[in-house]
Amino acid sequence: MTGGRAATTAEICIVACAEAWRGDGAIVASPMGLIPTLGARLAQLTFEPDLLLTDGEATLLAPVRDVGADDRIAEGWLPFRQVFTMLAAGKRHVMMGASQLDQFGNQNISCIGDWHRPKAQLLGVRGAPGNSVNHPVSYWVPRHSRRVLVERVDMVSGVGYDRAAALRGRSADFHELRCVVTNLAVLDFAGHDHTMRLRSVHPGVSVSDVAEATGFLLAAPYQVPETRLPTAAELAMIREKLDPAGRRDEELA
Amino acid sequence: MTLAGVVSELRPGMTIGIGGWGSRRKPMALVRALAASGLTGLTVVSYGGPDVGLLIAARAVRRVVTGFVSLDSIPLEPHFRLARQRGEIELTELDEGMLHWGLLAAAHRLPFLPMRAGLGSDVLRVNPELRTVRSPYADAEELVAVPALPLDAAFVHMNRADARGNGQYLGPDPYFDDLFCLAAKRAYLSCERLVQTSELLAAGPPQSLVINRAMVAGVVETPNGAHFTSCVPDYERDEEFQARYARAAGSPEEWAAFAAEFLAGDEVSYQAAVVRLREPTPMADEAPADDEVPAGDAVSAGDEVRTAGGALEGDDVSAGDEVSAGNEVSADVAPSDDEVPA
Repeated sequence: MTGGRAATTAEICIVACAEAWRGDGAIVASPMGLIPTLGARLAQLTFEPDLLLTDGEATLLAPVRDVGADDRIAEGWLPFRQVFTMLAAGKRHVMMGASQLDQFGNQNISCIGDWHRPKAQLLGVRGAPGNSVNHPVSYWVPRHSRRVLVERVDMVSGVGYDRAAALRGRSADFHELRCVVTNLAVLDFAGHDHTMRLRSVHPGVSVSDVAEATGFLLAAPYQVPETRLPTAAELAMIREKLDPAGRRDEELA
Repeated sequence: MTLAGVVSELRPGMTIGIGGWGSRRKPMALVRALAASGLTGLTVVSYGGPDVGLLIAARAVRRVVTGFVSLDSIPLEPHFRLARQRGEIELTELDEGMLHWGLLAAAHRLPFLPMRAGLGSDVLRVNPELRTVRSPYADAEELVAVPALPLDAAFVHMNRADARGNGQYLGPDPYFDDLFCLAAKRAYLSCERLVQTSELLAAGPPQSLVINRAMVAGVVETPNGAHFTSCVPDYERDEEFQARYARAAGSPEEWAAFAAEFLAGDEVSYQAAVVRLREPTPMADEAPADDEVPAGDAVSAGDEVRTAGGALEGDDVSAGDEVSAGNEVSADVAPSDDEVPA
């Protein structure tokens, strides 16, 4: 029985992440991080059953929908070489993290400071350059702050709208930044010239809270709606099936 | 061959490709032998993990060619991070797919292969030698001309192999080991267990024989030779040992002690030191907690890790995205997350 307990921020974020994949159909959903992973699994279990998801390695797992059942059925094989081919074919939507993200959606996961001798070496660009010019990309920011949402990123790993617009050929067509889910809000790129726009604020968060935590001028509609709450069925799915151990709060800590 | 025999064929300044991925099925016995050899000035091409870290710690590396260097469950490789922040190594930072394409071009003896990845990103800014190419067909699309990455030598680690160089992986992913071999003038294969050719198909289907003997110059049997990286199904990553390695990298004194304990001798003494670590010691404060059985012996420690990852993480490392920085990164650089790839 989960009826009484109100949805937590983590649970609201999981549902907001799930919404990123709504309408995607039979493509590979690649979530980076726990909350995006729970979101992708929730989407696959509920409104987006055709999504393909891996076990974190190379096995594709089909969902088993019964609450309580923890098994998933292997339905395919996706080693890295095949991931690369699927992504180049456009059959993928990834939700990546971002150490820095600017208003056009340029993302940095490589390093902080001068690339030649960084103040902090981070992950490296990983697959972000290729992902962002081949298929839809969303971002997950567990700590929305001016250190992450910055005016200019130090090393463009994932490509933003301003740079994509300058590309010749089909790369600009294949480029699509779907949304940014943070611990405070959901954002998209429906602002002028594809700049970041506030789509909804999570319950208890004000528009000015978000603006203050953002290092650039954020577009927003006159009335900013509240991020949708998880349904009772979604909450049950998250609490009893997807994350019974309650690890979801750790990522926001 | 022997590990020493392999190393004796290498020279300072060579370009060495290393198979596996992150902290998974890395030819660590070969890497340890190379690190101990005193060879310097190497260019290392790798989906980087502790292979890159150990060679950097041994001051063998001039340049790293990679899309990331990660220990998977510990997002940032500590030696790589420090060396970058101190400006001690050169870096060719590529998108993960570009690395694949560069190896494929080298394997095919092509000068480059066209690719969309890299366009619009700072990969082109920090690698000014990279060029674009325009499609000669009607679309006239501009693409990155990913240069071939030819290797002087390659190291890969397989679960099984025969003495002639037919290699078999039994885990979930071949990674790019076959391409590393074909991109190299000479490829060296280490394996968990050397078997008769007739026994290979007992362990897995024909398609698990991802390396054939035309790709390989030498074979070495190195049981537990991927330690402390994973080599499933033979064993999972030794998370406790990896954590010890990462901690030790944090200070010169601790690293010196770690190196003295594990890296001062040859592979036999390394493996003996790992076994010693697992034995119960009379010193209570040195004993591992009950639930943290160091891996190496098949399932144990890694099992727990894998369950957690398998159940909940996405394919975080796949094609590489991954959540940003690690928990080790100080707060002032705004890392977002401590992704723990499974």
